[in-house]
Amino acid sequence: MAGKTLYDKLWDSHLVKQREDGSALIYIDRQIIHEVTSPQAFEGLRIAGRQPWRTNANVATIDHNVPTTPFKSAADIEDATSRIQVQTLQDNTREFGITEFGIGDARQGIVHVMAPEQGAVVPGMTVVCGDSHTSTNGALACLAHGIGTSEVEHVLATQCLVAKKMKNMLVHVEGELGAGVTAKDVVLHIIGVIGTAGGTGYAMEFGGSAIRSLSMEGRMTVCNMSIEAGARAGMVAADEKTIEYVKGRPFAPKGDDWEKAAAYWKTLTSDADAVFDQVVEISAAEIQPQVSWGTSPEMVVAIDATLPDPDAETDPVRKSGMQRAYEYMALKPGMKVSDIHVDRVFIGSCTNSRIEDLRAAADVAKGKKKADSVKQVLVVPGSGLVKLQAEKEGLDKIFIEAGFEWREPGCSMCLAMNPDKLQAGEHCASTSNRNFEGRQGNGGRTHLVSPAMAAAAAVAGHFVDVRTWQA
Amino acid sequence: MEKYVIEQGVVAPLDRANVDTDQIIPKQFLKSIKRTGFGPNLFDEWRYLDEGEPGQDNSRRPLNQDFVLNDARYQGANILLTRRNFGCGSSREHAPWALEDYGFRTIIAPSFADIFFNNCFKNGMLPIVLDEAVIDELFRDVKSVEGYQLTIDLAKQLVIRPNGETVSFEVDEFRKHCLLNGLDDIGLTLQHADDIRGYEAKRSSQEPWVFDAH
Ligand code: SF4
Repeated sequence: MAGKTLYDKLWDSHLVKQREDGSALIYIDRQIIHEVTSPQAFEGLRIAGRQPWRTNANVATIDHNVPTTPFKSAADIEDATSRIQVQTLQDNTREFGITEFGIGDARQGIVHVMAPEQGAVVPGMTVVCGDSHTSTNGALACLAHGIGTSEVEHVLATQCLVAKKMKNMLVHVEGELGAGVTAKDVVLHIIGVIGTAGGTGYAMEFGGSAIRSLSMEGRMTVCNMSIEAGARAGMVAADEKTIEYVKGRPFAPKGDDWEKAAAYWKTLTSDADAVFDQVVEISAAEIQPQVSWGTSPEMVVAIDATLPDPDAETDPVRKSGMQRAYEYMALKPGMKVSDIHVDRVFIGSCTNSRIEDLRAAADVAKGKKKADSVKQVLVVPGSGLVKLQAEKEGLDKIFIEAGFEWREPGCSMCLAMNPDKLQAGEHCASTSNRNFEGRQGNGGRTHLVSPAMAAAAAVAGHFVDVRTWQA
Repeated sequence: MEKYVIEQGVVAPLDRANVDTDQIIPKQFLKSIKRTGFGPNLFDEWRYLDEGEPGQDNSRRPLNQDFVLNDARYQGANILLTRRNFGCGSSREHAPWALEDYGFRTIIAPSFADIFFNNCFKNGMLPIVLDEAVIDELFRDVKSVEGYQLTIDLAKQLVIRPNGETVSFEVDEFRKHCLLNGLDDIGLTLQHADDIRGYEAKRSSQEPWVFDAH
């Protein structure tokens, strides 16, 4: 019999019941909760007179709606509807006894930054959140994926999900990454190769020497965007780095449990003879710094490329998608990527707001100034703890001296639910994960890049190749 | 949940691939803490010419006459016909809530994003996957025949065309059962409460740290 994939192992160890109709009940170890997708779930619990099945399986924080300028209480949030959501989460977590890292708590931050940082997610877990980028947590050898609000309620009430097993895909990135090529470039390149629906129906494991060489933060960046390749769950096998990362974190196992846990976690890899339904081979040496040009993350090119010609596209649906994207982005086929000017820059989001990302951006910004033509450069740390660490290292000063704005943690301009937004027609170099129409503000035009590429664009005023660029 | 048995109605053609949930319901409307009332802001950025904000009187906003849902012939549509990878992007259940609130209970496409697909069933909606070639034909029919209607028979798993021709579709047994009977799946899962407790007992002896209080 063939061996098991990491996903097979995680599925098998969480299977509560296989039902005759083909559906299964899967046990959920950890649910992460935020203010936008939970109010209706708590309301549902109340209406049905139900209690959370296991209160301590849940941990909550606020991120999507919060301003990134300092505020002391919910009452300071100007936007009334945002204020109500932040307040509602506080009320709900208090009523049901769920831990919340709320306003003024240094642990508050973007759900997928906060959870690994706290050790609330450890290898071998099943992790869900009413947010599609829950896949980020798969970097810790977890089965982690986004769910809808009805499922948030279902998990609160039963600690289970009704699920069907997905297929197995391995994305194997072998070789050494070039200088200036980051985890973000790896995942954008992968999406460019397999397309935004390439992983639909699959649990996607990232493997190969290039993935193993990434830091835990880098692996999180890669898993974060597996959903942009269509895969609900992305994951990386456990190794020494994984275990080292978890060690000593507040929620992590301690004492005897620690030894036992670490020994078990080492088994969380795909067996050598495991069979995947699909394998995608990528050569690390071919990956270059990436820039998205269109309105879907698969519309991405290398920094030294020219923008693709829709007329060369044979698939009519893709072709019309490209034509529409060119119109929306006000760009032309054949243009050089370095000729795209940026109006704003956003460094942040659950893709790239961890300490390593901020260090990479600061490295580029050090001793330089943002271009006059760039209206605003926002740097938004992923959590209060990331912010404190960055300040300890003096990164905040580097940013401020470069004319960047140093903000409070949250989702910010990744989805523009708070006051941080693009104006219509503006181009933005963004370290976030979605370049959909209007995502960062009505009419805004997003270009997805790595933190180093974003900082360089802020200084140059247009996209540049961080590998060769001299300011 | 309202049962889904046989649905018949006008089909609206949304001829775009990769329609993402940010398009289905833009983020400014996610601030509501309710499940209802999202219909008027469905496809807000495509449907209206101005920028939408929560709490507006939508009946007074300028409409984008080029957008398909504003076309008189598709008023009252309850079946949405669209292209591949519909519902990609965020997990927001506000997307199916908005579609349902507008009146769509059935969405037909060559493929759907996983989370969106799943969310539909939780709200008594049926996403139907058909072959790209069949979808092409349906687009042609809908555009050429005013008032074009389809009938969906869930029990028989058939899409029935006006001329009586049928196209069959796949649907997961469990989901079909829930839709046909309007069942709440939390109640169904809680019927397995003993299995869940048994699982927890076994697992907490193997991985006690998972169950630690914090
Ligand atoms: S940072 Fe962006 S993608 Fe991540 S959770 Fe927040 S809104 Fe979602």
